[in-house]
Amino acid sequence: MIRGAVFVVTLAVLPLLGLPHWVLNMLVFVLMFAALASAWNLVGGLTGYPSLGHAAFFGIGAYAFALLLHRQTEITDGWQPFAWLPAIGVGTALIGVPIAAIAMRTRADVFAIVTITLLFVVQTLAFNLHGLTGGAQGLSFPVAPFPADTFERPFYYVLLGLLVLAMLLTFGTLRSKVGLALATVRGDEDKARGLGIPVGGAKVLAFAVSVGLTAMVGAVWAYYQVGIIYPQFAVDPLVTIAMVLMVFLGGRGTLWGPVLGAFVLETGQQYLAYELGASQFYLIAYAMIFLLIMLFLPRGVLPSLAGRLR
Amino acid sequence: MSDLLRVDGLRKSYGGVTAVDDCSLAVAEGTVTALIGPNGSGKTTLFDLITGYRKPDAGRVFFAGQDVTGRGPGRLYRAGLSRTFQQARVFPQLTVVENMVAAAGHRWWRQLATPRVSAADRARTEALLAEFDLTGDADRIAAELSYGRRKLLEFAAVLMSTPRLVLLDEPAAGVNPVLVERMEQHVRSRHAAGVTFLIVEHDLSFVMRLCDPVIVLDAGRPISQGDPSAVRADPRVLDAYLGG
Ligand SMILES: Nc1ncnc2c1ncn2[C@@H]1O[C@H](COP(=O)(O)OP(=O)(O)O)[C@@H](O)[C@H]1O
Ligand SMILES: [Mg+2]
Repeated sequence: MIRGAVFVVTLAVLPLLGLPHWVLNMLVFVLMFAALASAWNLVGGLTGYPSLGHAAFFGIGAYAFALLLHRQTEITDGWQPFAWLPAIGVGTALIGVPIAAIAMRTRADVFAIVTITLLFVVQTLAFNLHGLTGGAQGLSFPVAPFPADTFERPFYYVLLGLLVLAMLLTFGTLRSKVGLALATVRGDEDKARGLGIPVGGAKVLAFAVSVGLTAMVGAVWAYYQVGIIYPQFAVDPLVTIAMVLMVFLGGRGTLWGPVLGAFVLETGQQYLAYELGASQFYLIAYAMIFLLIMLFLPRGVLPSLAGRLR
Repeated sequence: MSDLLRVDGLRKSYGGVTAVDDCSLAVAEGTVTALIGPNGSGKTTLFDLITGYRKPDAGRVFFAGQDVTGRGPGRLYRAGLSRTFQQARVFPQLTVVENMVAAAGHRWWRQLATPRVSAADRARTEALLAEFDLTGDADRIAAELSYGRRKLLEFAAVLMSTPRLVLLDEPAAGVNPVLVERMEQHVRSRHAAGVTFLIVEHDLSFVMRLCDPVIVLDAGRPISQGDPSAVRADPRVLDAYLGG
């Protein structure tokens, strides 16, 4: 609890220290991925079902947000569009319920295939439903009317709020019978079902909450894209890969692991991009990191450290 | 004495292999009934069919007078029909206490928001943990226990739901002799407390000491049953074990 408070307060004062824009921009993305990784962890970490489709829900949130503002000519109060977030989150969670009910009937490996298929279906729709998404031309909406010298701040704080929300949900889950039920699913699902544990319901609940959070982050990302989103970035498999990698690096099923993973990987990537210019170099770096984790830290940094200390 | 469990004409095939074949038998309430038979005679499959882990191809299962054929294992568990597995299935990454609480047969949907292991949960596990000599391991991860102690834990855990009938699949296999004796004591004390048992076991001295009646299964159906000495003297049983 104290650790959590120190963490949040530290992050809350960072933007007030007059950091350069590129650093603040980097921190926005770090928070974004920390929230995304925490959301993914609710399914991939706690239940052990490796979703490869979360970027689809990120995209659904992004397009929902852009569509809600699309017809407006201007935004008078920049904060006001954020009021859509709860509705986008709940709506996407509800979409997640039937999807989870079907996809999670399968085993973990089939689930991975089903969810990645979903990702490509949503990506195809984003490119081809011209009437709705504008296709490859992108979908435009009014630019957020925030002053240029503190433009990052509102996004930063809203993403910090979403990260805190995701972490509180994770904390509450781990500490409650939901967490126990999910842990039995991860351990031995058939046995859990035989003990009368509502494994189906627990899995669907975790998935729905997870994709709801993911969609809200997607909406904030869209708003941050100053007035237009494109399908290749809104529904981007790399977003899924980053979420998975961060959770695996930090430690599956832990509260702080996904946050740690996001801070390490996203700062690394943004820094490299800033130093070396935009390049696809980090894709190779991602693959290398994944191999190294699997070889040396199969459970992730935090559980391995905890294992050493005990 | 009335039958707590009755199965009638049960059949289950896996591809070409008929594991359980037109099997009818009954377990009277208040007994410690043994189910023995050579490897591959269908004992575990019969357990799977009775407890709802697998659906029979034909036949019916009656528990406490009700037709429960086709019911899922979770419902049967909450109704008082529980089992252990031949391979000691516990949740390896959960602690001993968490394993016990997970098996407590809660009304989960009402309890979802309660603590993972509440003070009341812990209190409920205390007597059983003490009885099974697991108190010192209460907060250890189940994976750290020896195989024999994991079997004890699995047994203790299914008792959390106050079952009426417990099916034990080879409780003594792979367990050191001291723990085998403890396992036997636990069955006796729970039996004295009113629990009915159906036990699959290859250790025949364990069976002969503890169980009555004994049912012998061969090729998926009962070939003999009665008190231990009668079964031991039955030539059909010798044939099944020796004739291969
Ligand atoms: N899941 C399965 N798939 C295919 N065959 C199986 C399966 N489970 C059991 N069998 C077969 O069914 C028969 C009975 O097995 P089982 O019930 O495990 O016997 P027992 O417990 O008496 O040793 C065996 O021939 C076994 O090979
Ligand atoms: Mg067997």
